[in-house]
Amino acid sequence: MDTFEGFMRPDGSAGIRNHVAVIPTVSCANGVAANIARAVPGAVPLLHAHGCGRAIEVGLHARTLAGLGANPNVAAALVVGLGCETVQAAAVAAEIAKTGKPCAHLVIQEQGGSRRTTEEGIGIVRGFMDEASAMKRRPCPLSLVSIGLECGGSDAFSGVTANPAVGLVSDWLVSKGGTVILTESTEMIGTAHILSRRARNADVAAQVEGVVSRAYGRTKDILGELATYVIAPGNMDGGLSSIREKSLGCIEKGGRSSVVEVVDYGQAPKEKGLVIMDAPGYDTESMASLAAAGCQLIIFTTGRGTPVGFPILPVIKVASTSRLYSLMKDDMDINAGIVLDGSSLEEVAGNIRALAVEVMSGARTKAEENGQDGIVCLAAMTPAF
Amino acid sequence: MHNVVVINPEDNVGVALADIARGQEARLSTGLAFPVVEDIPYSHKVAIRDIGSGEAIRKYGEEIGFARADIRQGGWVHTHNLEIREE
Repeated sequence: MDTFEGFMRPDGSAGIRNHVAVIPTVSCANGVAANIARAVPGAVPLLHAHGCGRAIEVGLHARTLAGLGANPNVAAALVVGLGCETVQAAAVAAEIAKTGKPCAHLVIQEQGGSRRTTEEGIGIVRGFMDEASAMKRRPCPLSLVSIGLECGGSDAFSGVTANPAVGLVSDWLVSKGGTVILTESTEMIGTAHILSRRARNADVAAQVEGVVSRAYGRTKDILGELATYVIAPGNMDGGLSSIREKSLGCIEKGGRSSVVEVVDYGQAPKEKGLVIMDAPGYDTESMASLAAAGCQLIIFTTGRGTPVGFPILPVIKVASTSRLYSLMKDDMDINAGIVLDGSSLEEVAGNIRALAVEVMSGARTKAEENGQDGIVCLAAMTPAF
Repeated sequence: MHNVVVINPEDNVGVALADIARGQEARLSTGLAFPVVEDIPYSHKVAIRDIGSGEAIRKYGEEIGFARADIRQGGWVHTHNLEIREE
């Protein structure tokens, strides 16, 4: 089980999906991007709320949008800009084009309005779709896979069943030469001493500590003394009492491999192995960051239950309890709750591994079946001006 | 069948797998059993031994906070009696 059936890309990466993406660089271009995608069955619009009106996030948003287009699951991308925005379409398209995949851009103010741009865009995307349809899956090594880890709506069992089982899957992929990205910095608060011990050298250890202490600082700025308790009300109802308690459960997902690199929001790692990414605990924003960093697949543990997916990535949902698994069966792919009935973590991990390889080769996840591909949520640190 | 899971041998709390009413028995995954002294909601923490005021509360083998007051074996452990200290 060391290979999967994927789509080889010109840059040597491998997609597990073969999407044609339409990427607006600014929210003002969402309508045109959506209309273009709507006219070509199978095309995926990556709509979002940003691209202008901010200063600090310009680089971050440009990098993230380019990263989405560059993601191996994207066969070809059309970038649609308005013209006067801070995140420029030509620059985003140029970044995506470095992967060698088909990429084009259109600017509404240069094309002469939304109708002309839409018409032009439909033609381009139809061409991309023809090219993509001709691409075939072939065996690819697991070392080309990067899995992003998420947990959302955690409960007291997430850290007992689902997260440690996913941790075994993480260790497995790392042992095959692949990449695993652990993120949600707020959910590492209180665990810097553990994660930094696992860093492969002092430099990475210092970066890990930096990520966690910045996350704590940001949280404290917003919430004051509540910061050490900050977990969603649902987490607290579920029996979690402190952020460290939640964090200890969260970091279980990363397994026991050494941390080889620390990356910023939406930044692709250079190394293979276990990587820590500095992105928020807010699920939808961290999934966008994982996608931009090149993850082809997300494994998402949940205790309270969440249906959320991502437009260009399959998301495997791992329920922490049998209670949740039966309650939201349509949204859950794996039941880790069997651990509470006496099954081993290894058995659950085996189920996840088997499903993950099937999904890499084209099997659809519940989130995909349910069309859980809403808008892309990009992180922003400052209010718009 | 146990109704409380203990994650790490160093822990002094376990996690309830079902609502356990005051007076009912907590049966730990480690084999120990004792009656709970207050209602323990599903998925919440129960003290698996007496925890003195100020003592570290341990789960995953790590400190997750400190007892604000004495907590008896079988007591409910949550934000009302778990205190977090600044690092």
